[in-house]
Amino acid sequence: MPKIIIRNNLRRLRFDRGEMTQQQLADQAGVTRQTIVAIEKGNYSPSLELAFRIALVFEVSLQDVFYIELAD
Amino acid sequence: MSYQERRALVNVLSTVLITAGYTAYMMQRYPQTDPYSIEVFRFWGGYFLILIPVTIIARIIITIIFSILNTIATREGEPEITDERDRLIELKSLRASLYVVSIGLVAAIGSLAFDAPPAVMFALLVAAGIAGDIVSEVLQFFFYRRGF
Repeated sequence: MPKIIIRNNLRRLRFDRGEMTQQQLADQAGVTRQTIVAIEKGNYSPSLELAFRIALVFEVSLQDVFYIELAD
Repeated sequence: MSYQERRALVNVLSTVLITAGYTAYMMQRYPQTDPYSIEVFRFWGGYFLILIPVTIIARIIITIIFSILNTIATREGEPEITDERDRLIELKSLRASLYVVSIGLVAAIGSLAFDAPPAVMFALLVAAGIAGDIVSEVLQFFFYRRGF
């Protein structure tokens, strides 16, 4: 079974929202800035609930924020 | 380095300093009698009973000093919320810590089966507690730094 790597478009989405800061996103999603940093770097895969909350902040679908890459 | 990483490092340092300092102080009062005497058991009973409040008070003081110095140095206060990642990291490090303490507990009790004096058992219990605490904080540092 191929390994699933979860990637995200957080950096681009923040940029598209007028350079929204990581702290602003964290406040709106209800997490710490460190968690947003970790997600953005790909060091942490958020829970489904948090993933949806982040998508709600940007008013986009979940797939517009997170996507997968398959690795062998 | 984030607040949580700095806090984990400070906790490791404080655990080592508090326990080493307290143990060095208490060992001056170690009873010089038969290793199986009731005095030895009384000493270790007192050691553990006093260690708990000493650790709590020292940790509170160190945490306050750390928060003040951290705020002055970084102008960034303590995170106001604990989110899912914090809780997950805490659980993962606690689990590893409990493994270490469990192994230490078995080793401590096992030492009695090999005719080691009671002091060895108590020393192993202390070592297991310290090792568990250090493992927990070091793992927290790495989880916050490198992810998981």
